[in-house]
Amino acid sequence: MQKSASLSETTVPSPDDEPLYVGGPRIYQQSVKGRLRTIKWAVLFVCLGVYYFLPFVRWYRGPNQPDQAVLVDLANNRFYFFFIEIWPQEVYYFTGLLVLASLILFLSNAVAGRVWCGYLCPQTVWTDLFMTVERWIEGDRRERMLADARPMTAAKFGRLALKHFVWLMIAWWTGGAWVLYFADAPTLVKDLATFQAPMIAYVWIAILTFTTYALAGLMREQVCLYMCPWPRIQAALTDQYALNVTYRYDRGEPRMSVKSAAKARAAEEPAGDCIDCRQCVVVCPTGVDIRDGSQMGCIQCGLCIDACNTVMTKVNRPLGLIAYDNDVNITRRAEGLEETYPIVRSRTVLYVAMIALVGLAMLYGLMTRSFTDLSVLHDRNPLFVQLSDGSVRNSYTVRLLNKRPLHRIFVLAVDGLPQARATAVGIPNTEIGWPLIEVAPDATREVIVHVTAPNAASLPASTDVTFRITELGSGERVSSRDHFIAR
Amino acid sequence: MANHPPEIDAATGRSTTGHEWDGIKELNSPLPKWWLYVFYATIVWSIGYWIVYPAWPLVTGYTKGLFGYSSRESVVVELDALKALRASRSTALASASLEDIQRNPDLLTFALAQGKAAFGDNCAPCHGLSATGARGFPNLRDDTWLWGGSLAEIRQTIAHGVRTGDDRSRQGSMPALGGPNGVLKRDEVITVANYVRSLAGLSVRQGTDLAKGKELFETNCVACHGADGRGNRELGAANLTSANWVYGSDEATIVETINNGRGGVMPGWTGRLDDTTVKALTIYVHALGGGQ
Repeated sequence: MQKSASLSETTVPSPDDEPLYVGGPRIYQQSVKGRLRTIKWAVLFVCLGVYYFLPFVRWYRGPNQPDQAVLVDLANNRFYFFFIEIWPQEVYYFTGLLVLASLILFLSNAVAGRVWCGYLCPQTVWTDLFMTVERWIEGDRRERMLADARPMTAAKFGRLALKHFVWLMIAWWTGGAWVLYFADAPTLVKDLATFQAPMIAYVWIAILTFTTYALAGLMREQVCLYMCPWPRIQAALTDQYALNVTYRYDRGEPRMSVKSAAKARAAEEPAGDCIDCRQCVVVCPTGVDIRDGSQMGCIQCGLCIDACNTVMTKVNRPLGLIAYDNDVNITRRAEGLEETYPIVRSRTVLYVAMIALVGLAMLYGLMTRSFTDLSVLHDRNPLFVQLSDGSVRNSYTVRLLNKRPLHRIFVLAVDGLPQARATAVGIPNTEIGWPLIEVAPDATREVIVHVTAPNAASLPASTDVTFRITELGSGERVSSRDHFIAR
Repeated sequence: MANHPPEIDAATGRSTTGHEWDGIKELNSPLPKWWLYVFYATIVWSIGYWIVYPAWPLVTGYTKGLFGYSSRESVVVELDALKALRASRSTALASASLEDIQRNPDLLTFALAQGKAAFGDNCAPCHGLSATGARGFPNLRDDTWLWGGSLAEIRQTIAHGVRTGDDRSRQGSMPALGGPNGVLKRDEVITVANYVRSLAGLSVRQGTDLAKGKELFETNCVACHGADGRGNRELGAANLTSANWVYGSDEATIVETINNGRGGVMPGWTGRLDDTTVKALTIYVHALGGGQ
């Protein structure tokens, strides 16, 4: 007995015994209609439409060239985007694109807060789609809550199974569309259907099916709350003038029923417009209460604005109790000042200027991009070879790049060494004394080039030389600098 | 033990193991269940592994396992796959002439890659990884060749070697002309050595009678090295006017060469390397810069 007494004394859980992770409450989002919901539908259709169908858009580039508008050709080291073809060494265009994307994200944040989170983020778009499917199959908020509280029946099980099946189908199509960006889409679709596609395609489809299903179907707002870095960064980048989905508490408080508010107004006592109907909470995809103020859980999709406006219409009060507004206006209204929405601010101007700068730099880079390139690598072992008559030879590995879809012939010449001769292995020399090198369309060619200087004794230990290739016909030329080692 | 309920430690509320030392009792801290079950699972797994894979050593062999897996066989399979992958180019390399291989960029790249690998495995120990040779082992990058630097000549040297006893091997060697039984006396050797240096434009020991040296050279050396000293590739006689020397151009080394002769050997590679590899090596050596 004494033992059990001591047991009961000591089984009080210490704080260390509590679980470190508490599962989020299940969110039953209610459907909502309104202007912002319509915009969200439009964005959803456009984004998913682009994602699912873009690989099938064709773009003619010439014979023996892929005709897929957007293609990441990893096997051949090429990236195609409509009229642009990027080679691996030009990957800095992607860096520029990422810089541009982040600056645009910062600008959108300075203007309208987490507009990316609310409308454009793939997590939001796919979660929205999955929630819509859930509503179609299991019914709206109330029906889903009732069904979840009831014991399992065949009908309920059937609905759940159907929901997960449709989710998996969407997820599978998402993974399927992903791999289409990496190979010729129509061919790959045929190969996938006949089980002849490469294993890696199936593996990637499986991975993306799983991530889509897990992230959009099961984890949802947990991704925004626990996994995504943007809400943390965003909070540090925003200011008091950024438009945010805002509950205008100066207008809404104190909350009271429609009847109480009518009485209060009649008695000229303070009466808020908020009737505490909680419509803003039930339509929220992350389950936050916007009336608690700006918070990390709020992805600013604006669905609570639609919900509140519907209610305000019904109770015959002005719209916009919840609206896109900024922090400054709350205090300004309290002080009786006019509302202010300054879009042109130092930070937005700065972001626009940076976007213009990076954009122009990229545009300039693309416009003046060379379709020919040359790289020269001096042999490291040996650095030079002495010949029988005392002359000296250096060997180089020279790579010519032809980014045009045509066969092109270049003359390779070496400047900077008087009386020097150059020979390329496997290529007969011409009458002019320099080798003529043919490069296949959209390809590179590596040749070993031997440069011989006859009067080596009079040369310094190292001489700067310039390798120059000139295209026959067009005269387009590119050069590359290197050294000639004489001793 | 099993009949007693476990003793509970008052301070932590956890059961003890019943072990006690000087009043200190050990708390029962069992392994986490998941860890324990994974451990049991690995034991079960290892039994399955013994059955299906090679596992136990026996006196003269080992248990083969139900799957019949063999790492040696899988290497053979991988090598066969590599050969199959290279088949079309290997066939082309085997049938094409050396000149045609040089003219075809695709075949040339393939031959150079194969040649480089084969050179590193077979030739580099003597000629060096960079093919610049060493004392007694010719530099393959310069334009000084003992036996010729054309594609056909390089191929013959690689295939049959130098002074190997093979019927088609390179023959002819530098005889010993000095020494007690030699045709040249000690001072004559020094004189002709200095004359040879003069042919290459190198400095000569003061007081050397070059006319005597020329006379001795014409009597003893021109048969192989020629009147102008430029050598003879048929016999492997070195070009004495070149700036590049296989053994060295200082007086002592030349005296040593005349006294004792030279007869360096390069093995023939027919039989050790297949014909295609010899061709690839030929292309590679020719492309190093010295090819003629």
